[in-house]
Amino acid sequence: MNALPSNQHAAGRAPAWAGEMESMLDAYRQAGGDPDALQLPEVATLVVSGNQVLASHSIPGVHLEAEPLEQGVHARITVDPGTHVERPVHLCFGVIPAEGIQQIEAEYEIGEGAQVQFLAHCSFPNAVRVEHHMNATIHIGRNASLTYTEEHYHGQTGGIDVRPVSKVIIDEGGQFTSNFVLTRGRVGTLDMDYIVDVGKDAVAELVTKAFGSGDDAVKVRETIRLNGENARGLAKSRVAVKEQATSEVNTTTEGNAPGARGHMDCTEIVRDQATAANNPVVRVTNAKAQVTHEAAIGTVNRKEMETLMARGLDESDAVDLIIRAMIR
Amino acid sequence: MAEPFLVIEQLSLKKSNLPILQGITLSFYPGKIHVLLGLNGSGKSSLAYTLMGCEGYKPASGRIVMDGKDITQASITERARLGISLAWQEPVRFEGLPIGKYIGLGAGEPNREKVVAALEAVSLPVKTYGYRSTDQTLSGGERKRVELAAVFAMHPRLAILDEPDSGIDALSIKDVGDLIRQMAQAGSAVLLITHRPELVAVADVASLMCLGSIVFTGNPEEASQYYQGRCQPHLDTLGAQPWVAVQLADQALLGQKGETR
Repeated sequence: MNALPSNQHAAGRAPAWAGEMESMLDAYRQAGGDPDALQLPEVATLVVSGNQVLASHSIPGVHLEAEPLEQGVHARITVDPGTHVERPVHLCFGVIPAEGIQQIEAEYEIGEGAQVQFLAHCSFPNAVRVEHHMNATIHIGRNASLTYTEEHYHGQTGGIDVRPVSKVIIDEGGQFTSNFVLTRGRVGTLDMDYIVDVGKDAVAELVTKAFGSGDDAVKVRETIRLNGENARGLAKSRVAVKEQATSEVNTTTEGNAPGARGHMDCTEIVRDQATAANNPVVRVTNAKAQVTHEAAIGTVNRKEMETLMARGLDESDAVDLIIRAMIR
Repeated sequence: MAEPFLVIEQLSLKKSNLPILQGITLSFYPGKIHVLLGLNGSGKSSLAYTLMGCEGYKPASGRIVMDGKDITQASITERARLGISLAWQEPVRFEGLPIGKYIGLGAGEPNREKVVAALEAVSLPVKTYGYRSTDQTLSGGERKRVELAAVFAMHPRLAILDEPDSGIDALSIKDVGDLIRQMAQAGSAVLLITHRPELVAVADVASLMCLGSIVFTGNPEEASQYYQGRCQPHLDTLGAQPWVAVQLADQALLGQKGETR
């Protein structure tokens, strides 16, 4: 088991790990990432394969520390107060073998007034029996902003179990945007659980997109607690399931302070023998708060389909395009 | 005049056993603009959907013949591939579908130049709109323009435009008229459903619909006068204003069902 010093960049990787690194870069590409970005000195990067930290590169104001655990990695990511990070921080997690368990324990500390984006790609291209557990705690300081985009690639067998758990605290005036995308390859099992506490004048936006097929199971639990005055929250889910796949989206938004505004927006498209459910919970404990929700579950809208057919697409291509566009 | 390439013969449509279209007969010629006028509920959009082959609009009787072949049972896709397309009165939104891609769907490959030309034809700059999504972020007027551009890019043999002017600001009505002329000059036949006299002026021929029937086909100006005179030909036929005719029809239907209002 090996650990890298925190300034070890992907460009200067140890030769003994070259094979593993090449495999991870291929996997990274399959997940939608740009391997070249991992080589740029001005880009902070962290590359983890199984429990090996293959690359960890900090830049001024962004500190990445990672150490291996028995079955994964513990990572601490700190962005100094007032730091505006120009290029997104690139994170790459994956398991290359067909079997394995990866446990990521991650702590994110975004300092007051900092602005940063993360691009996380999680790739398990050969998964037959792989588990990926992500336990993240995220603290966003006063007036800080964090955009976290996470794209997954799970290969074509469906033999993977992904369980991302995040606890997020947003201080006054802070902003948190999460984009979770699992639309390429099979899902396998996805069981995600996000809880976000939103402070005064702070904003949380959670967007989740998934496309399940075969016997995939998509389960999403998101809770947004609008605790501070004028806090804002949006939970947006776009899930498509076909064949025997299942989807269950459970979103809760609490309006606990004056002026708090929350909205939940769920669309699930169901084909073949697939099933989908949406269970929105609205909880308001302050008379000056407001939380709303909307949901549409079922087949593709007929008029959308006919509009595309009137451009010459056949029915199945029209449905496919509508779904692909929705989860894009 | 050249032979029509598409003919509707004695087309009738029923919904819930009520007559929606009755004995519709129309002909379409390459490069000619045919305006369809009529009060709300007269059956104009129903005729458009029936011609396009939409679900729930299967004719009870009559035929649609294109190039000598009966296409009455053809699917929407088959009709589109034969060159028929429709710009909906209230176009749907597609979350995540870029405008450029949507417009290019029917344009064939390569389509970039056609997409750019179509966006320019509806006064939407490609840099601003090409990669935007065809979704709720567009205003009603913008979405209508995108719909027109999508049909324009197809260069269809028959473009059915269902109230392309609704939701478009008054200053842009001229642009819509110019676009329709361009389509006709390029050889498309246009079936234009409108209530706007400015657009009637671009037509070669006009038909007036009332209570699901075509009650006049001929000179657009004459049809427009009839229309503004509250469907005069039907008045002549029924000896009553159309709203009286509607009441009479309602009473007849209610009478059939043994109901009273």
